[in-house]
Amino acid sequence: MIQRIRTIAFHTFKESVREKVLYNLIVFALLLIGSAVLFASISLGIGRLMLVNLGLSSIAIFGLLMAIFIGIGLVSKEIDRRTIHNILSKPVRRFEFIIGKYLGLMLTLLVNTSIMTGGFYMALYYVERRLGGEDLLPLEAIYFILLQFAIVVGLALLFSCISTPILSAFFTFCLYVIGNFLGDIRWLGQESGSRIFEKVTVLLYYVLPNFSDFQVISQSAHGISVPPFLLTSGTLYALLYVTILISAAILVFEKREF
Amino acid sequence: MLAIETVDLTKDYRVGFWRKRPRRVLDRLSLEVEVGEVFGLLGPNGAGKTTTLKILLGLVFPTAGTARLLERDARDISAHRNVGYLPENPSFYDHLTAQEFMTYAASLFGLSDKARPRQVGRLLEQVGLAESKNLPLRKFSKGMIQRLGIAQALINDPAVIFLDEPMSGLDPVGRREIRNLILRLKENGKTIFFSTHILSDAETLCDRVAILDHGRLRGCGELREILEVGVFSTEIVLEKPSRDAVVALGPFTSSIVRTGDRVRLELRAESDLNEVLAQVVRWNAKLISLNPVRMSLEDYFMERVGEDDTSLSRKSAKVRTESPKSE
Repeated sequence: MIQRIRTIAFHTFKESVREKVLYNLIVFALLLIGSAVLFASISLGIGRLMLVNLGLSSIAIFGLLMAIFIGIGLVSKEIDRRTIHNILSKPVRRFEFIIGKYLGLMLTLLVNTSIMTGGFYMALYYVERRLGGEDLLPLEAIYFILLQFAIVVGLALLFSCISTPILSAFFTFCLYVIGNFLGDIRWLGQESGSRIFEKVTVLLYYVLPNFSDFQVISQSAHGISVPPFLLTSGTLYALLYVTILISAAILVFEKREF
Repeated sequence: MLAIETVDLTKDYRVGFWRKRPRRVLDRLSLEVEVGEVFGLLGPNGAGKTTTLKILLGLVFPTAGTARLLERDARDISAHRNVGYLPENPSFYDHLTAQEFMTYAASLFGLSDKARPRQVGRLLEQVGLAESKNLPLRKFSKGMIQRLGIAQALINDPAVIFLDEPMSGLDPVGRREIRNLILRLKENGKTIFFSTHILSDAETLCDRVAILDHGRLRGCGELREILEVGVFSTEIVLEKPSRDAVVALGPFTSSIVRTGDRVRLELRAESDLNEVLAQVVRWNAKLISLNPVRMSLEDYFMERVGEDDTSLSRKSAKVRTESPKSE
């Protein structure tokens, strides 16, 4: 089982890294990080703040685009091209296929995020001419960005099993945006005075993926460390949510006919 | 031992947008295929051949009935270890080379690091793709993809091989090579279950055939038996016969066809054969061949499928004429 999952994951990784769109996105991200150097040099006194904010945001945005655009095609492409017939006629269990696909894209994102992180630290070194202990703080933010990617890929994979690529991209993106404002939505419910509206917002807060707690870029830019509790709870939340999403994707996929 | 067994296998698809209605594509299909047989599933387009294959491979689930592979339920994934499958009009990964794709297929079967390159190289050589092994699949022609499909279906040295329209997209040379490959696989004791609507392929390769039409089994039997059921007539071919010879043979024949120097005559009755041969000798005509005209697979196929079409159209005509009364 492990060997088949590894094979599918590695194949997915290979397929993803041969996508032209991936290289375009990496180049754009690195260009944006590079341009942050320019902004930093003209921002008196807040050069580092500017660079960290822009650099980490570029990693998050371009990584998110990769997660969505590659994630939505993970299963639907195999179905459209009918390559799924070839895979599932071999001794591959359907859940192995789904898990392998998920891990393959996560590996791709891990490698790409590492490349972009490398670019970010090169820019930081160029601006500061040195790298100190406080420069490790952005790594916490990058870890949180990766946790977000883990959930986004799970969402894209689930939608990829039940819908078309365009709708999958739309739903995943919408959930990502809503997930970033869940804290505000809940607050709005509490302030509205309507009990029903409040209950709905509480339900949404717990059911939809909550990305608002993963936003620590600004903290990192200001040199504030993420509390260990938040690191642990964020990790556990992402793990739980990804498990639920992949289980749902497997349930849907187990019933599909090809 | 049975390699493949289906009992009352039925499949309904739900069609329609709002009010989904079941549409039966496979109707109580019962088949048995012995180990080592080459079995052909024949039928026109939409007969249910691919659905049958997909159910056997666990890609589609039956509505009713059972499907068994090597005496295990078709849904049992462990049965797939001994199965190879070539899908109809196969499509593989454009970004991979032939060698990478074969290695991927081999890894899914858990072939060891040592066995993998050996098996991949041997099969690519066998299907004539050794020289193209490093070419991306997007540059492959349809015929090359078909050959690669056959190679990947054999990567695990399977006991049962499913081939869905294996000759599709191949040129005459390719068809001959694949035909020979199937015959070699048969010699090695493999069970081959293939669907086709090209009857000449089935006639050359199959031990037994089943004819499927509108999801129903119309006939099943040994090809030898089917083709030896009856001698329709006898056909003789003469070279440069004189006009008098042809006139003399006329009363014994049902058709006379002249092609170049040769004349093909189909005899009315087998009992006239001795008299006809006497006439050939008498008129000093050169006898090229004398063959009994047997039932061809095409005749059998048309008899089974055509019969049903006639009965179906009769049935629908009856419904049309009866419906005004019921109103």
